Amino acid sequence: MINKEELTRCYHCGEDCRSNIILFEEKPFCCSGCEMVYEILSSNDSCEYYKFSDHPGLKYSSAELGKRYDFLDNDEIKREILDFSDDGVSRVKFFIPNVHCSSCIWLLENLRRLHPGIIQSAVQFTKKEATFIFRDSEISLRGLVELLASINYAPYISLESVDKSSKQKVNRGVYYRLGVAGFCFGNIMLFSFPSYLAIDDSVEQFIRQNFGILNIILGIPVAFYSGSGFFISAYRGLKKRFISIDLPIAIGILALFFRSVYEIMSGTGSGFMDSLAGLLFFLLIGKWYQSLTYQALSFERDYRSYFPVAVTLISEQGEESILPLKHLKAGMRILVRNNELIPADAILIRGEGTIDYSFVSGESNPVIKSEGQRIYAGGKQIGSAIELLIEKEVTQSKLTELWNQKHGSEERQNNWESLMDVISRYFTAVVLLLALVTGIIWWFTDPSKAALVVTSILIVACPCALAMTLPFSFGGAMRVFGRNGFYVKRSSVVESLSQINTIVLDKTGTLTKSQDFDANLGHLELANDSYNLIRSLARHSTHPVSVAVCQALPYATALAVTGFIEHPSKGLEGTVGGHQIKLGSDEFVLGRRTAEPVAGSLYISVDGKPAGYFILNHKYREGMREVLTSLGKRYELHLLSGDNDAELSALLQFFPSKDHMNFEQSPADKLNYIKKLKAEGKRVMMIGDGLNDAGALTESDCGISIADDVYHFSPSCDAILESRQFMKLATFLQFSKTSRRIVMMSILFSFFYNLIGLSFAVSGNLTPIVSAILMPLSSVSVITLITLTIYIASVRAKLNKEDSV
Amino acid sequence: MNVILVLVGFSLLVALLGLGAFFWSVRSGQYDDPYGSSVRMLFDDERPEQAEAANPVANETTKSNQL
Repeated sequence: MINKEELTRCYHCGEDCRSNIILFEEKPFCCSGCEMVYEILSSNDSCEYYKFSDHPGLKYSSAELGKRYDFLDNDEIKREILDFSDDGVSRVKFFIPNVHCSSCIWLLENLRRLHPGIIQSAVQFTKKEATFIFRDSEISLRGLVELLASINYAPYISLESVDKSSKQKVNRGVYYRLGVAGFCFGNIMLFSFPSYLAIDDSVEQFIRQNFGILNIILGIPVAFYSGSGFFISAYRGLKKRFISIDLPIAIGILALFFRSVYEIMSGTGSGFMDSLAGLLFFLLIGKWYQSLTYQALSFERDYRSYFPVAVTLISEQGEESILPLKHLKAGMRILVRNNELIPADAILIRGEGTIDYSFVSGESNPVIKSEGQRIYAGGKQIGSAIELLIEKEVTQSKLTELWNQKHGSEERQNNWESLMDVISRYFTAVVLLLALVTGIIWWFTDPSKAALVVTSILIVACPCALAMTLPFSFGGAMRVFGRNGFYVKRSSVVESLSQINTIVLDKTGTLTKSQDFDANLGHLELANDSYNLIRSLARHSTHPVSVAVCQALPYATALAVTGFIEHPSKGLEGTVGGHQIKLGSDEFVLGRRTAEPVAGSLYISVDGKPAGYFILNHKYREGMREVLTSLGKRYELHLLSGDNDAELSALLQFFPSKDHMNFEQSPADKLNYIKKLKAEGKRVMMIGDGLNDAGALTESDCGISIADDVYHFSPSCDAILESRQFMKLATFLQFSKTSRRIVMMSILFSFFYNLIGLSFAVSGNLTPIVSAILMPLSSVSVITLITLTIYIASVRAKLNKEDSV
Repeated sequence: MNVILVLVGFSLLVALLGLGAFFWSVRSGQYDDPYGSSVRMLFDDERPEQAEAANPVANETTKSNQL
């Protein structure tokens, strides 16, 4: 758990800074937006927030960007990225993951003061999107992106952002429907009022008649516009031979509407239009609540969302040019620079490959490749630029095939039925049977009342409160999770979570941290007093490996270091206490490859003589022991790792047996393993982080992907867990069970209302006033009950505090 | 009695205006980003005449003092 005292509050916006604190004038800031706003404020010596057209002290670092955004000068790519471009003015929309507080909004929306070419910018906070309108003559698209990158709001441009077909439209339908229902609800209540006053004279008759007709007019849009979603969904369900909760609702709406029309037109009564409008108003509030999901998070990513838009092509004459990725063909030569992604399976033809496959496998130790070796798509080159000869097209690489493979089985078959499906099936059957039986009985006792009783039953059995139960309880649980850094795709995932009985875990990046190591001293050939030489050297570097080395060595007063050089992705060197020390990869330190490379080893040389090596192990996540122990009691645990079985003995204590621990698993092995477990009737949850888990995540009943930064890359899944909340996993699962119990309780509660209503209906006593009171009362009380119990449960589970990005 | 119907007609008309306003607000995207709107209203507006008054030299000195 994170202590309140340990939190560092941002000096500007007051939010928790988390790990990436930016220090400026010894004050902590959560993001460069806040820091910049503070800088502008303080440098102007007052709260002249708006005076930053001179942008004092603003640091541009576009030189560092180099050729990274070269591709934005390509006309074809430009055309695809821009929303609109006409008459020298262009509009573009970017997803900017770094947007997270009000300073970000302020800074981005005032971007035009940083550059006169920008006409207007608008931020969509919930989606972390920003739209820019700019003049082409003054700033190019590339210039705009580089400006954003230089103030640390680099937009996320991927192959997906180019593909216009995948852009979703905003769905505002639920607001319109809700608005219409609310409008009619209010007016119908007003027009229904006179009929509840039991005065009987000619004036009253006149008003009643005319107001009744007005009610019918207002009732038509309510039933057939606001309610259209329920008819469509009920019809779709029937077509698939499936009874959804929307079927009894649709029947109820029709019964309410036509019974009211009949009563008003025949003058036999005042109708139930107020109940109808109220019913739909409440139901649509439920639908709206259900539609509130995490819009800025993407749960359905495929390879397109993290592949680059373009690559640097090298012609036979050795000239570089920009080529849109979709035109990349086998046999082409491309250049991949530092931190660029390898888009297709290829062969290294020039340079030294240091490939980081952390996207793919979660393993962040780079793999060294030399000329002539094959490199698979998905890795990132770290270090100097390399030249590759493309072997396969983008869509045919090993990685993308894995993505395409899973699209075959879109409908996922779970080993259980959703609670609401079971209930709505029996509920509908019981209601229809009851209507039929009472109809027959009344037909023989008093035929004139039979139709009335049957419609009354259909009206009152309309499961309004029941339909609200699910969105509000699982939706409430979803929000509790969201506050704690656990984001589920939609509320029904909470039910899936409560149903699982088997948990499959990935190792690298899931149980272990991707950026944190433990250094093992066992292989050092050094006198103890030489340890301090290495430690003194390593403390000058902030690289995670150096930090691990510092922690592993015994503390001593640091010695002075001269000639310190840090070679990215290779190692460190420097002179300490008169000795020349080198620390790094085998090739860097020893000048050759070791015959038998030990994974994650770090070599040392003193005065040019080899002095052994460290072994670096990934550190386990905090709380892993507790989480696994507590999960192991209630769930069947399995381990799937792409690594070798070096850690088998360390992890064996958490798993039931060796048979449950599988090492050296390929992505396809993982997927098949999940399939096999499901075939055995198990309800499987998979937790993983890399692309190699993607197949398994989608195949499992509930796939959770674990990520350091939830807005950056994660494979497609049902839920995203912030990695630092891993320790709460058991609590989350427990809470999902609690919320399922809350659902059961509120279902019983709403049945109780249905019973009261039915007792009125069966005896033929259902008057409009009874229905007008009963329907809103049941909905409101069920919602209140659920909201309260979810809150109490979250306090008990200690999940009520805000603790997320 | 007709007067009631006339009044009812008017009241419906007024209410319809409200509904129209609601539709307009949805259409213009006012419900798309509740958080953004909630903080945006607190930002200061531009006041060009004050910006003119600010003294760039004074700004430089305060800044170097703080650093």
